[in-house]
Amino acid sequence: MLHDLLYLAQQTINALQQGSIYALIALGYSMVYGVLTMINFAHGDLFMLGAFACMLLAGVVTPLLTAVPPILVFILILLMVMAVIGFLGAFIERVAYRPLRGAPRVSAIITALGCGLLIESLTLVIFPYSQSIPPLLANRTFELMKVADPAGAGAPLTLTITALQILIIRVAIVLMVALDFLIRKTRYGMAMRAISFDARTVPLMGIPVDRIISMTFLIGAGLGGAAGMLYGLAYPVIAPSMGILVGWKAFIAAVVGGIGSIRGAVLGGFILGAVEVLAVVFFESTYRDLISYSLLLVILIFKPYGLLGSAPNQKV
Amino acid sequence: MSALTVENLTVSYGDIHAVKGLSFEVRQGEIFTLIGANGAGKTSTLRAISGLLRHGGQVSLDGQGLRGVAAENLVSLGMAHVPEGRGIFGNLTVLENLKLGAWIRHDAKAVAEDLERMLTALPRLRERLAQAAGTLSGGEQQMLAVARALMSRPKILLLDEPSMGLAPKLVKEIYTLLKQINETGVTLLLVEQNANIALKLAHRAAVLETGLLTLAGDSSQLLADPRIREAYLGA
Ligand SMILES: Nc1ncnc2c1ncn2[C@@H]1O[C@H](COP(=O)(O)OP(=O)(O)OP(=O)(O)O)[C@@H](O)[C@H]1O
Ligand SMILES: [Mg+2]
Repeated sequence: MLHDLLYLAQQTINALQQGSIYALIALGYSMVYGVLTMINFAHGDLFMLGAFACMLLAGVVTPLLTAVPPILVFILILLMVMAVIGFLGAFIERVAYRPLRGAPRVSAIITALGCGLLIESLTLVIFPYSQSIPPLLANRTFELMKVADPAGAGAPLTLTITALQILIIRVAIVLMVALDFLIRKTRYGMAMRAISFDARTVPLMGIPVDRIISMTFLIGAGLGGAAGMLYGLAYPVIAPSMGILVGWKAFIAAVVGGIGSIRGAVLGGFILGAVEVLAVVFFESTYRDLISYSLLLVILIFKPYGLLGSAPNQKV
Repeated sequence: MSALTVENLTVSYGDIHAVKGLSFEVRQGEIFTLIGANGAGKTSTLRAISGLLRHGGQVSLDGQGLRGVAAENLVSLGMAHVPEGRGIFGNLTVLENLKLGAWIRHDAKAVAEDLERMLTALPRLRERLAQAAGTLSGGEQQMLAVARALMSRPKILLLDEPSMGLAPKLVKEIYTLLKQINETGVTLLLVEQNANIALKLAHRAAVLETGLLTLAGDSSQLLADPRIREAYLGA
């Protein structure tokens, strides 16, 4: 019994880590949908590029800053990754999506999928083989609890959390709190929310709609890049295809939370993380995705706009 | 002195010619009203002036041609537009709506003073500052829309049917507010279906019928004109 509880607690910690990453990515989908009612299907590939950018930057920056504490190097690289991927996201919006804003919706979807494929293929050309990210920080494992195996035969069971897990969860939370502040308290956040309610009226306030949309992409993609870096540190073998599955999952998380809703994206991300991890606790691991996604579909049957979403133009 | 000049304005939606060559002038400090029935082209005219619609012809603000000026840059030039249906951001609070109206201004202190003055004039908005604007009644939303537009300190205010959907008592309140605004020196271009009340407020007026101006003159003249009385005043 205690063993089961311990195992469950361990999986909860893993779920928090996984959920943080899904939540960060889901935010990008949700923010872009909020201002443009468009799904940025290239977002998963921006996430992937975040991991690659981290690898490249770590290769350049770490040797230069040997005297600097590793945590500062980590923060520096994180900010650089977010900036690079953020600007790339804004650039894609500018050259690929903006010219199609008046076009039928399906054109924008196809363009976004195309941008994603392009990013992925180019990355594959440059890195045909899987790469590995160097550890930026010495990873320590903290033992929270230890219980001897009651049968007396096997090794004792432990509840552990690694320094990396703590870091990932912390970074994610800091970024989400900062974003929440930006959206709720600053004038740019107000403008974003106004655009998501009624984009046609916003220019009448003298608000530069295109600039706000660029900013939304910048922030959304920056968060996706940060997620890619964190994911890459947790699972250091990275490949150009890594954005596909994770991207889709985070998209589903955004939909379950209520696409367009910022808090919904966070909630959806953590729910998905939890469902995935717990599915393995209770069922065979091969059924993980089947069980997770069935459950999420059930949520959507009862809440078609997602948990925190609302019908169009009633967002509060 | 002319605040706004419109010359030969045309607007088309594909094959539909909604505005077919309008010319009129709004003088500095006056209230000018365009009256017309449903589908006459009132909204199209205002949206074209505001740079929200592609149009032919020439629009000038204080003598400066506006061709090529994006809608979002007109606010800094002194034009504000209260759109048809009010255009309130229902997901934002009343206060946030007002703050967005002052987007172009960076004089935080003067903005705060204007806000205070606005809320003193419209106490119902003050009581509801923290409330989502979508929960306001239609009349309150219209007041908020006007107040929000004023937060940019415009020289000319464009109003698209501010009486729409409001009970007569509220229409009267809104019109009193418009009169007060005009008395502070703001020029008004008012578009209305409600000819009676608009003509009583305005100094000069023109009648818009299927995209063309049919009559123009002092409002008192138009109020007395038998054609207007028959078509718009139900007399
Ligand atoms: N987006 C559009 N696409 C096609 N036709 C349009 C569009 N908007 C307006 N029209 C047409 O243009 C004409 C003028 O419309 P407009 O909205 O300017 O009239 P209005 O005077 O404001 O009417 P109302 O009093 O009903 O608001 C109408 O015939 C209308 O059907
Ligand atoms: Mg209209």
